[in-house]
Amino acid sequence: MDILVCIKQVPDTKDVRLDPKTNTMAREGVESIMNPFDRHALEEAVRIKEAHGGTVTALSMGPPQAEAVLREAIACGADDGVLVSDRAFAGADTWATSYTLAKAAASLGSFDLMLCGKQAIDGDTAQVGPGLASQLKIPYITCVQKVREIENGFMQVERMMDDGYDVVRLPLPALLTVVKDINEPRVPSLKGKMRAKKADIRCCSAADIMADENCIGLAGSPTQVVKVFTPPPRGDRTVFSGTLEEQVMQLVQQLKTYL
Amino acid sequence: MLLVDSEKCIGCGVCEANCAFGAITVEDGCAVVNDSCTLCGSCVDTCEPGALTLEGGEKKALTNLGEWSGIWVFAEYRMGKVAPVSFELLGIGRNLADQRGVPLSAVLFGHALNDAAAELIASGADTVYVVDDPRLEHFREDVYGRLLEMLIREHKPEVVLAGATAIGRSFIPQVANILNAGLTADCTQLAIRESDGMLLQTRPAFGGNIMATIECPYSRPQMATVRPKVMVPLEPDPSRQGEVIKVSPPDALLSSQVEVLETVIGTEDNVNIQEVEILVAGGRGLENEKGFDLIRELADELGGAVAASRAAVDSGWIPYPHQVGQTGKTVCPKLYIACGISGAIQHAVGMQSSKTIVAINRDKNAPIFDFATYSLVGDLFEIVPLLTEKIRECRKQ
Repeated sequence: MDILVCIKQVPDTKDVRLDPKTNTMAREGVESIMNPFDRHALEEAVRIKEAHGGTVTALSMGPPQAEAVLREAIACGADDGVLVSDRAFAGADTWATSYTLAKAAASLGSFDLMLCGKQAIDGDTAQVGPGLASQLKIPYITCVQKVREIENGFMQVERMMDDGYDVVRLPLPALLTVVKDINEPRVPSLKGKMRAKKADIRCCSAADIMADENCIGLAGSPTQVVKVFTPPPRGDRTVFSGTLEEQVMQLVQQLKTYL
Repeated sequence: MLLVDSEKCIGCGVCEANCAFGAITVEDGCAVVNDSCTLCGSCVDTCEPGALTLEGGEKKALTNLGEWSGIWVFAEYRMGKVAPVSFELLGIGRNLADQRGVPLSAVLFGHALNDAAAELIASGADTVYVVDDPRLEHFREDVYGRLLEMLIREHKPEVVLAGATAIGRSFIPQVANILNAGLTADCTQLAIRESDGMLLQTRPAFGGNIMATIECPYSRPQMATVRPKVMVPLEPDPSRQGEVIKVSPPDALLSSQVEVLETVIGTEDNVNIQEVEILVAGGRGLENEKGFDLIRELADELGGAVAASRAAVDSGWIPYPHQVGQTGKTVCPKLYIACGISGAIQHAVGMQSSKTIVAINRDKNAPIFDFATYSLVGDLFEIVPLLTEKIRECRKQ
């Protein structure tokens, strides 16, 4: 099984708090991290490789500093990392991103399985996984919570739905997006960290992956941002006082419309 | 590319402060753009000296935009019923269609569809395209995707809306991709721009800390998934007239190597927390699994459902489908009661668009109080049972 895992570098929101006055996110000192869902995709890829043999390649599109998440992926069990990076990719929406990653995947040769996180925590669109499968013309399943078996060129997975889950069988090569329920990611081993440090991260430009310039970056994006604004602040805030019973009574008064 | 005119730049730093992506810094009195720039353009509007410009090649329309007309709603049908979000979409869809002076159509796929088409008409659809086939009983990304693509190519609607549900979020991106169409995820506002009839799609970004309005100026259809519980359905009117058009697609479109072997229904209480109006959520402060009994009791009394923070899910107190937040679900119920949840940003982004938020927490400095409508500082083990009791009394009266 040769597996490609898509990984995005995103801003870490762990220590970020909303400024209640301006209702904006304080960004100072925010580190970049591997998108949490992608960590689960990577872990699943490594587990499949351990069970079935093969290779795991981590693929990321982003600025040059995104190399860091590829090294981290190698530390966590990926065999190698490929960074697709070019100023021409700037402004890409999910369509252009899907196209770019599909061209990159195609340029790397054949693979049996592609894994992505369900969505990235900065954009939250969950559109790139399905878009990528569409570009590559391979079947896909989103929100996979369990890989049940892989046999004779087919795999059986559990797809999380709003009301439970479906058990789905699909042929390979295929693409899956995964939710965090699928596994518990490992921490990098010392050996892995050493390997990650020395690893050669291949960097591909738009020309290297033979991308059509009309399909990448802002030019290749059918959606355009018209404006960005801060949402209107939440209305009044009330902190009740008095004994607990009095506070609860005041709350019940306020909630009457819901009763 | 974002260009900085160093002659005009006064190094005021307004752009740096306004950039949501940390892509601009002021160095030696002049703005410098780094690789994080996504060309969103928000800095351009705030730059008083006019030192910033977005330079992009002139883009041409990919299709004859005028050929595309009508508003479409994908009506989601699963386990014998139409998903509530589909009626909400017809509500906003009716509004958009009337503004544009075009018909509103629904697209319905499934098997043994009962009165679903009539329900859609009663809720605002002028036309319902129905594909009823045993092979559509289970949702399959590729089959649903190909069918919707076929219908869109044939009828050329200007707008296609779907619910931001497990199904909508899964197959709509595939359709948009194959049609070279723009798609905006999880919209919370939709409007028609009067000057040119363009659909303006507004969605929360960065977990709701900023809002972005998006348009698709060069492609059709304009596609969007819309969060459940945001739009308002019309009051169903059984006397409304509409047309049901049965579509029989070629066999090849309906067959697939992908097979649904089994459908297992059941999150703990068979409730999708994105579809309910009242949520009572518990966090680390509940201390253990039993703590959720209090939460459940209150939820039952209110006719709501139970949600949880990541801490509670990771501790194994409640299953993952109940998790709200960055790595769980995004919800916007009318009432959200957070019990023993500190309200870290990862949780906040999943619930801060709820209409009314009640926070109950022992720690008066908990961040949850920063955005709660009503705050109660105290021990949840005392407050929650008391609240349940008082609500019960109040409802009896």
